[in-house]
Amino acid sequence: MSEQASQKNEFHLPNLERQPFEPRALQSIILSTLTFCMAIIACIPLFSVLIMLLYRGGKRITFEVFYALPSTAFDVGGGFGNAIVGTLFMVGIASLISVPFGILAAIYLAELAPESKIATVASFCAKVLSGLPSILAGVFAYAAVVLLMGSYSAWAGGIALAILMVPTVMLTAEEAIKMVPQPMKEAAAGMGCTPAQAMLKIILPVAVPGIITGVVLAVARAAGETAPLLFTALFSDYWLRPNEPTASLAVLIYNYSGMPFPNQIELAWAASLVLVLLVFILNLISRAIGRRKTV
Amino acid sequence: MEATATETTAETSIEAVAQATATGTADLDPEAITLDCQAEKIFYGDFLAVRDSHVPIARNQITGFIGPSGCGKSTVLKSINRMNDLIPGFRFMGKVYFHGMDIYDKKVDPVAVRRNIGMVFQQPNPFSMSIYENVAFGLRLNRFKGNMDEKVEKALRGAALWDEVKDKLKNNGLSLSGGQQQRLCIARAIATEPRVLLMDEPCSALDPIATRQIEELMVQLKERFTVAIVTHNMQQAMRVADQTAFFAVDISRGGRTGYLVEMGATKELFANPQEQLTKDYLHGEFS
Repeated sequence: MSEQASQKNEFHLPNLERQPFEPRALQSIILSTLTFCMAIIACIPLFSVLIMLLYRGGKRITFEVFYALPSTAFDVGGGFGNAIVGTLFMVGIASLISVPFGILAAIYLAELAPESKIATVASFCAKVLSGLPSILAGVFAYAAVVLLMGSYSAWAGGIALAILMVPTVMLTAEEAIKMVPQPMKEAAAGMGCTPAQAMLKIILPVAVPGIITGVVLAVARAAGETAPLLFTALFSDYWLRPNEPTASLAVLIYNYSGMPFPNQIELAWAASLVLVLLVFILNLISRAIGRRKTV
Repeated sequence: MEATATETTAETSIEAVAQATATGTADLDPEAITLDCQAEKIFYGDFLAVRDSHVPIARNQITGFIGPSGCGKSTVLKSINRMNDLIPGFRFMGKVYFHGMDIYDKKVDPVAVRRNIGMVFQQPNPFSMSIYENVAFGLRLNRFKGNMDEKVEKALRGAALWDEVKDKLKNNGLSLSGGQQQRLCIARAIATEPRVLLMDEPCSALDPIATRQIEELMVQLKERFTVAIVTHNMQQAMRVADQTAFFAVDISRGGRTGYLVEMGATKELFANPQEQLTKDYLHGEFS
């Protein structure tokens, strides 16, 4: 009896102290450190590219590069104003084509007939297309536009970029429209909205930040594309003439970086920096808009 | 008013129904019936969701729909303003007479039906726009050209929300609390002065205080509108409804088909239910 009682009283306090050298604690520490290191390493490429560009291209950024035409082979100075204009023009064309196209398709996919065969097929196609190697968009636009028009042109470049932008715009817009709360859509119908009114007055205004985010990301991607423009817009040392070969930042970098002239190589570095900053700013804008979402 | 003129043309059909559904509704004056829902069968795809539910809804009264989950009371309610048309596979067999017009007639535009039969949903669902614009929304939709401020104020007062929001009409409707949002939805629904207001468990997402406010509001609303409300809560039906329709689920034929068991004046139905099923439900023997 007394033996039993003493056994009961022998109560062991659990050990609550940290045991950093236990295998499971070690495992946890090692894995946490590993993920931390990988997260740091993931940032290295971007920062090294940025630092490199700032170092090599930064010193060549003057006011002149933004408005001057490229200089001839052995000349000094010059800039790439035509390439900036060309990039903006072709991205603009691509946006004018892909944004209405993508948003209208997204409305059909997300709202009008989400379960239909067409929607399923179109959605699948858009996903495949969004992984399409960009050079193929260039080859396609070459065959469909350049050969037809008989000349490289800014139009062809814009169309090639539009092909790359459409799936991004369409899929993000579809997602944004689907994110609009179902009760809000029901309320619109309950108030006696026609489907078009519900879309224009209720659903799209709520979805707009998400759609703009997608558009800006698509624009940012298109602005940096080189391969499709090699086949369609080619390059030019002169100011924009939409029916003729057109300069762009991306192709300028590609062309000039391989040249044996130091001035051109410097211009290529400067153009790279401008392009990266452009994409960077577009990304910041899309993040700022995305964060403003109220729903 | 013009409503009575159209109603007399509908009288024959309404009378026929009043006779057909003798259980408990005989005390309803057929002329007072604004909306007569005669749901014979409601399908979602192949699934028979509701059968044989004739629910006359009387003018300036609150008609409560009660019953266990899955008994089809919401389905019937949403059929009344054709909200269910949005659900793929939905089929309604039967008629819903609204001032003598069958709203399931081929000629009828469901959008026009919804503009005349307002709806308040289970979840408060204001639009992502200002409080003012939420209320003005239906008026703008109907191309209202008069004094918008006055109409908005009237609707907000009607929904007992004016005092709380009059200084922040520009704020987003979603910034309000749940109970306020629901009253905003009521204001939005009554701004266009619909003939009938349907409410699908309007208090189920609200706390008891907000629920109380909405209930008091409903009693005020019936002076101007005809109200039909689905509720999970028998006490709520007892507190606010003049007429109560009790639905149950029939599992005898393999499916889970809802149907109307009986309907009558609320006091009568609760005090003296005619059907055994109603008695069991009211005594909490199943839910």
